[in-house]
Amino acid sequence: MTVPSQELIGTVTAESGIQGTAAIDETRVPSRGRIIWRRFRKQKSALFGLVLLVILVLMAYVGIHLTKWGYQQPDYDSFAVTPNGSHWFGTDAAGGDLFAMTMRGAQKSILIGLLVAVLATGMAAIVGASAGYFGKWIDGVLMWIVNLLLVIPSFLIIAILSPQFHNNLTLFVVLLGMFIWQVTARIVRGQTLSLKEREYVLAAKYMGVSGPRIIFRHILPNLASLLFIDATVNVSVAVLTETGLSFFGFGVQPPDISLGTLIESAQQSATTQPWLFLFPAGFLVFLLLAVNLIGQGLRDAFDPSTGVAI
Amino acid sequence: MGKYLIRRLINYVVLVFIATSMAYLLAASSLNPRSHFLGRNPPVPVTTQDDILNRYNLNDKTPVIDRYGHWLNGIVHGDLGRDYDGGYVGANLSRRMWVSGQLLLIGTILGGLVGVAAGAWAAVRHKKFADYSLTQGAFFILSCPVFVIAILLQVGATRLNNAVGHRLISFSGQYDPAHAGGFFSNIGDRLDHLILPTITLTLAGASFLMLYQRAAMLDVLGSDYVRTARAKGLRRRTALVKHALRTALIPSMTLFTYSFATIFVGATFTETIFGWHGMGEWFVQTIQGSDTNAVAAITAVVGALVLLASFLQDVVVGFLDPRVRVS
Repeated sequence: MTVPSQELIGTVTAESGIQGTAAIDETRVPSRGRIIWRRFRKQKSALFGLVLLVILVLMAYVGIHLTKWGYQQPDYDSFAVTPNGSHWFGTDAAGGDLFAMTMRGAQKSILIGLLVAVLATGMAAIVGASAGYFGKWIDGVLMWIVNLLLVIPSFLIIAILSPQFHNNLTLFVVLLGMFIWQVTARIVRGQTLSLKEREYVLAAKYMGVSGPRIIFRHILPNLASLLFIDATVNVSVAVLTETGLSFFGFGVQPPDISLGTLIESAQQSATTQPWLFLFPAGFLVFLLLAVNLIGQGLRDAFDPSTGVAI
Repeated sequence: MGKYLIRRLINYVVLVFIATSMAYLLAASSLNPRSHFLGRNPPVPVTTQDDILNRYNLNDKTPVIDRYGHWLNGIVHGDLGRDYDGGYVGANLSRRMWVSGQLLLIGTILGGLVGVAAGAWAAVRHKKFADYSLTQGAFFILSCPVFVIAILLQVGATRLNNAVGHRLISFSGQYDPAHAGGFFSNIGDRLDHLILPTITLTLAGASFLMLYQRAAMLDVLGSDYVRTARAKGLRRRTALVKHALRTALIPSMTLFTYSFATIFVGATFTETIFGWHGMGEWFVQTIQGSDTNAVAAITAVVGALVLLASFLQDVVVGFLDPRVRVS
């Protein structure tokens, strides 16, 4: 039984390989991802954001190994020197190499941003879709929790708990994620309410497909564009919150480094030793700018009809 | 309608109560007021420590639930509790809310006006130079955290002061305690201290609002009724302002209402960096200083104001949107 079909596949591919390549390429319908990438690529600012992000990530993860100084390895011969050939970003008052420290802080911020974004968007998708699809008391309970979390000042709660998670990255990420998914969850719920009346969802339902399966196979894939954009926005929200908390000493704490702690310690000497402030702050601003530009580009690529910011 | 509003109000009160209780319980079990006695010389005897902490209901040796009960009892009688150094939370709260209000009032209003004006103008000049530069500028400012903007402004002001030779712009605190002068000179001093924080708040608020306003305006500009307004002979300016901008204001007004209603919550970074003793600075200090009662009070106020803000939003939308107003 299997032999003829194999033969058939063989002949088809062979044939198209010999004579039909060009013709097939022209008529082939491009996949959704390809269309979106094409639209994304056309926007100069979005492409600029992507290139900028790649450069920054490379700097943080590869560049840090190019300098001979470690982030915890002070140079006792040069205290508070301006940027030079050996110390690319200069050193602080204790002789710490600012380049190594900035890159180390950037690694932390990038990692936290990505993890939190995935967590928060995932949570928003599951909670919002469950509330919308199942309705009744599940909807009531979930939305009540969402409202409660919106009322609680999240920055405050994380700050209160900061003595507990002393540099426990997992707990920090979970807490950050806990507080930025609610608004998206509401939007996802609203979308789910209309999606669940569609024929293909009803068809799946009457065929006996279980609720969770419908959510993951039929509802969430239809919200993919929304979730993608949301995750990108969440990266920048998470990085902002993390650096803000670390700025006050409520996030990443010494001896570990974040861009927030670096900027905080440079605050007093920002006028006399500006490089201590400008490099970490500049890296942070460029990182956020890159992520925001990508988010904007994705938004326009997924929905070209708006063609409008936000 | 009345019944619905009352139900919603009760729901709000319950939400704020639960949020505050959670904040209290978390703070009471996580923070450590005893740390104030660490490293004192001469060392404070443990019994004295307990005495002081007991007086302010902050003793970590009392079970959390008992402390919570004590605190709740005080709340019911209108007493918000005491700081670790004996100050009254209620008095501090009202003073600091007022300071925050002073600081944020001008910045919030300016941010709203600049944001709306810039957004509307960018939309009218769609795809022209003004549009591109305003949008990119707003995007760039949005990517600058408030603490980066604030510190940059401080550096700039110091440079300016040095260049001029005397202190042109002051940026620490609300006023200069050494400043002596008449009524107007004092007002001038206070305004001088307001410059940099106000610029910070305006930039942050305006860039956010601008992008919203631009999007809303662009949606409206393509609509039929704006074309009709022009077609029936209205001037371009009248059509843009009275017909287009009015409708496009609704989404940004709801955002603006929200930030206006929460001015008493304070601006954490701006206040801390510019040395204003408002709610935002207090919030950081109370957590660093392990002040459980104050933390709970701040949570309650923030929660209540956020809910009040969302309530006001509904009212404003109802007022602005004819469809809602008529139905």
